[in-house]
Amino acid sequence: MEVCGGQTHTIVKTGLQELLPESVTLVHGPGCPVCVTPVAMIDRAVAIALRPEVIFCSFGDMLRVPGSTQSLFDAKALGADVRIVYSPLDALNLARANPKREVVFFAVGFETTAPANAMAVWEANRQGVSNFSMLVSHVLVPPAMETILSSSDCRVQAFLAAGHVCMVMGFEEYVPISREYHVPIVVTGFEPLDLLEGIKMAIAQLESGRAEVENQYARAVRRSGNYSAQERISDVFEVTRRTWRGIGEIPASGLRLRETYSRFDAEFRFTVEINHAEESRECISGLVLQGIRKPYACPAFGTRCTPDTPLGAPMVSSEGACAAYFHYGRRKEDGDTVVSIATAGD
Amino acid sequence: MCLAVPGKIISIIEDGHLGLRRGRVDFSGIRKDVCLDYTPEARVGDYVLVHVGFALSVVDEQEAYRVFEALRELDQLDELKESATP
Repeated sequence: MEVCGGQTHTIVKTGLQELLPESVTLVHGPGCPVCVTPVAMIDRAVAIALRPEVIFCSFGDMLRVPGSTQSLFDAKALGADVRIVYSPLDALNLARANPKREVVFFAVGFETTAPANAMAVWEANRQGVSNFSMLVSHVLVPPAMETILSSSDCRVQAFLAAGHVCMVMGFEEYVPISREYHVPIVVTGFEPLDLLEGIKMAIAQLESGRAEVENQYARAVRRSGNYSAQERISDVFEVTRRTWRGIGEIPASGLRLRETYSRFDAEFRFTVEINHAEESRECISGLVLQGIRKPYACPAFGTRCTPDTPLGAPMVSSEGACAAYFHYGRRKEDGDTVVSIATAGD
Repeated sequence: MCLAVPGKIISIIEDGHLGLRRGRVDFSGIRKDVCLDYTPEARVGDYVLVHVGFALSVVDEQEAYRVFEALRELDQLDELKESATP
């Protein structure tokens, strides 16, 4: 299983699965932070964005994710001031430039994005910016891997760990997981060659009965990760339990702002009423995110659920497995299997 | 969202905008301002991996070279195959 959505995209786009022998199956994990953001959090974001004094800032692919009834894009169409930003520092700059408005940044992401979000809050505090806050929905990779490994349905025999998450956090924390569940874990990059090498290293471990943590992505990842980034994250954030859309609550699997920074926490700054958060009944995103079903096994895939009319998050996010299969997949002649465009000519 | 892009540091400003260590980074022709606070060891000419405006790692040249070599070998294999068919 590869955990990172970026890796999923490379795999589907380049047809890596079809190049591998039949005995090797790649399953896709919940490595798409947009996909695992709970519906209630989207609803909260929409409610905050609809307030006239708010400038709501977000990364692009959060905008189309469906909430119970609306997405942020729908809110924007209704007149909410929703803006796409490249970096959380852009949101902070907007706050400084618009002192009469409330600027809220949607802080969604894995550990890779945490250093940037931590720095934005750190700087806001240092500069005394009072009209800036973050709606935090950060998630952590290792607890998700453990949840998958401890499930009775688990078919995963080896993991490709997310290269850029490990670039920040290092890979020490994967050693006890590898030991406890006896699974090879290979820290892998994002280029097709990286993925092939990572898969090869995992298979070599499986064939020799080893279960260790190895680093394929050594050009970017060091064992201890980026120390100054980790320090800043732990200054600003603390570990908390989080609900993963489609999976449920995983203890100690997310980050929230520390109490000293609670005035930058949009959940405290804005009281919003959320009605009972509802998922689409047809959407099987939870099964897709845990690698139990492939996207094309979903009856709504490509018909009722498309990137323009998504029922759930994985069809909308640039890192979602469903979106990857929709954009790069083609049905084989048997009408059942979907292969990537790269090999569709065979 | 977890994709970080490699770029080359063209210049560094020690106490630039917002008091952060910033750099001008070139991504194959596109230049952007990047925060270098998390890569204090980075120097002009180094390649860094950048995610949402922050450099998070300096690319290890030797390791990168290994990957380029592998890619080059693959290209050469292609050429061999082409020259073998009549």
